[in-house]
Amino acid sequence: MIETAHLDLHIGDTQILNDISLRIEPGVITGLIGPNGAGKSTLLHCLAGLTPVTGGTVRIDGQDPFSADDTARARMVALLQQSPAIVSRLRVHELVAFGRWPHHQGRPGPDDARHVDEALEAFDLTALADRPLETLSGGQRQRAFVAMTYAQDTPWILLDEPLNALDPRHARNLMARLDGLARTRGRSIVIVVHDINAAARWADRIVAMKDSRVLAQGPTQQVLTPATLLDCFDTPFDTIPHKGRTLVVAQ
Amino acid sequence: MTPTAIKLTGLACALTALCLAFLLWGLRGPVGFILELRAIKLAALVCVGAATGAATVLFQTIARNPLMTPGIVGFDALFVLTQTLLVATLGGVGVAQLPDGLRFVAEAGVLMIAATVLFGALLRRDAADITRMILTGVILGVLLRGLSSMVQRLLDPSEFAVVQQAMFASFGQVGRGQLIAGALTLGAALAIAMRHAAALDVAALGRDTARSLGLRHDRLILISLLLVSAMVSVSTALVGPITFFGLLCASFARAWMNTHRHAVLIPAAALMGAAILVCGQFVFERLLRSGSTLAVVVEFFGGLLFLVLVLRKARA
Amino acid sequence: MRLWLICGVALAGLCLASLGLGAASLFDGDGGWLLVVSRIPRTAAALLAGAGLALAGVVVQQVVQNRLVEPALTGTPEAAMLGLLAVTLIAPGLAVAGKMLIAAVCALIGMAGFLALARRVPPQDPMLLPIVGLIYGGILGAMTVYVAWTADLMQFLGIWQMGEFSAVTQGRYEWLWVIAALALGLYRIADRITILGLGRTQARALGLNYGQTRMLGLVIVATLTALVLVTVGNFPFVGLVAPNLVSRWRGDNLRANLPLIAFGGAVLVLSADIIGRLVVHPFEIPAATVIAVFGAAVFLWLLHAAPRRA
Repeated sequence: MIETAHLDLHIGDTQILNDISLRIEPGVITGLIGPNGAGKSTLLHCLAGLTPVTGGTVRIDGQDPFSADDTARARMVALLQQSPAIVSRLRVHELVAFGRWPHHQGRPGPDDARHVDEALEAFDLTALADRPLETLSGGQRQRAFVAMTYAQDTPWILLDEPLNALDPRHARNLMARLDGLARTRGRSIVIVVHDINAAARWADRIVAMKDSRVLAQGPTQQVLTPATLLDCFDTPFDTIPHKGRTLVVAQ
Repeated sequence: MTPTAIKLTGLACALTALCLAFLLWGLRGPVGFILELRAIKLAALVCVGAATGAATVLFQTIARNPLMTPGIVGFDALFVLTQTLLVATLGGVGVAQLPDGLRFVAEAGVLMIAATVLFGALLRRDAADITRMILTGVILGVLLRGLSSMVQRLLDPSEFAVVQQAMFASFGQVGRGQLIAGALTLGAALAIAMRHAAALDVAALGRDTARSLGLRHDRLILISLLLVSAMVSVSTALVGPITFFGLLCASFARAWMNTHRHAVLIPAAALMGAAILVCGQFVFERLLRSGSTLAVVVEFFGGLLFLVLVLRKARA
Repeated sequence: MRLWLICGVALAGLCLASLGLGAASLFDGDGGWLLVVSRIPRTAAALLAGAGLALAGVVVQQVVQNRLVEPALTGTPEAAMLGLLAVTLIAPGLAVAGKMLIAAVCALIGMAGFLALARRVPPQDPMLLPIVGLIYGGILGAMTVYVAWTADLMQFLGIWQMGEFSAVTQGRYEWLWVIAALALGLYRIADRITILGLGRTQARALGLNYGQTRMLGLVIVATLTALVLVTVGNFPFVGLVAPNLVSRWRGDNLRANLPLIAFGGAVLVLSADIIGRLVVHPFEIPAATVIAVFGAAVFLWLLHAAPRRA
């Protein structure tokens, strides 16, 4: 479980995170939603122990990611930044192999190779393993990055808008794979999503943010209500029950 | 008088005052001889400053980028290469026998053709991608400089001396023939540029807009490139390569005149360039007594200005 | 394996050419002496300098995540030259090791200045950074020229500015062997350098101590630059051309490619030196001039052949 208590982050006079107290359940997908500039990405970086906070605490399964050493932290929680643009010319398997770095520090063993193969397999990249990244389509590249994060083999996986620039088919495939990871392997996934319906379809729990605060948190059905959504996005929404889930439609 | 006319007149007056100060400050000894020396130097400074300022404004317009100078993309490097190749083909003795003025005309002519072909292609190819164009220009400059120093090494030492003299000519030893030919060229180029001032205002809107307004755009670009080449020949032949100085003149002219009109910008940049050089030389030579470092200092501040402009633009 | 065989044969051929080439013949009486005192040092110096510059180039490129940059496009050699000028003015009697150290420290400071500028350049436009670096180097260079001019040290500057190997003899280049040691050290941390190239966030998410690794990389780059500058002078473009050509051919996994990059730089500089010795035999063209022409041409090709996301 990730727990935060009264997280606070300000840079100069700008408040970026304000009194954030959260409980993020393990073994499920948690969707982080909210309007642009609400502080979602920053919160994700704080949860991963990458952006120091000015107040409050973070505990990942009881441990403080800020005081853990870099390697220990990278074995506890993996973060994929938003639209990672790298200039290096790497092949898919080379990129994914870097996910194992926290485990081997430059001396990969057979165990690492197995994990890389498994990650390639899990994200359907085996056929593309030898392709240079820059020759891939946007969707394939995004999958390669998620596979690297997966190969890091951490109990917690944090993804910042992984659906960005993916067409509906690739977005659905990626979410289905993440769903499988949570269901069958007990991985805990936190994901920033812009598409509320993607959150409604795949997330078990939702954290809604607005103006650097947490507006609501809880099971998806409870958070995605017209009242909360109106509050969160200042836009009226209807919610329609659909195949046991909620469908969100802007009015 | 309109405010711009007042500003232009003010600039002209300032330049005249600076010229008088340059000529007459601390005058003693054989007055006639010193005056003649100073007058030649002054004429060279004014020509170089005016040519660089005007050429930069023109070039910025056709490159549609207020950060460019002909020096940055290697016009002057091309000129030095032209000089070197001329020596390599005609031989050092052959070139030395040419009268100053004729030699200048030959070099300027070759540069005009070469620059129009080379930079015309550059402008057309990379018009949509300004940073790539600048970087290409800068590296082209490095390539041209490298090529000329390579060719220079291939010459035998006595011929090399001829080129070297041409490359490092300082204000002190300007040939009179060269100066007259340069001044005439500059005057003609400025006159032609002023005739096209209104058309240049339109060209600054971009190729498509200019063409839809009925401008013969490509022809104008061609003329402008020829004019820029001619003016760069003047300044490089008289003092050697300068990279950033034009940026100072053009940026100050644009900032102070606060207009897009070339009828104002071209003379303003020319006056500004001449004034900066005369003033700088006066300060360095008469007050600080270290005349030869002016070029370095001007380049230093020009480079600094360029950096500031690039970074400010990047953040905007 | 075949790759290494081809590389080895090419290298051996070039070395033989370099050893055999010169104003005096090896088959006169003193051939052996000539070999030991002049030809072998010269060949080794060209190889070491080339390898060092290429490695410095690839590290800088990973650190700033821009492959159009190299130490000579970041003001590093100019900063080192400023330091050397200061030493020559203040403490002319300082031992070579001391000069080397000061040059390296100044190179590091110069690079830190470049990184501070680089932070303000938006990464979306990869071509802007080399322009900024060139101008920054130009400004530092103008300062250097000014100091040298006023202190009447222009001929020193000329030696540093234009890299060449004609003055290399036994006893005057041995510092370059430090490059070999640094190269081995760099190979040990090759993975970390590759991870630096993934960017700050991703590198930290993988548990890399980003600041420390970057600092280590920059210290290595500054040392390499200073070593080459003090012993044989400045060579632009080697650090740009060798890593880029290798990267286009084999990608950017440094664990696999670092040796190839070092090899590329070594071959480039040695070939330039050989060409410089051949063209106007028995006179010489400095290797740096040959490289400037070749390197600029390759750079132009990279600019235009490369897809826009460099």
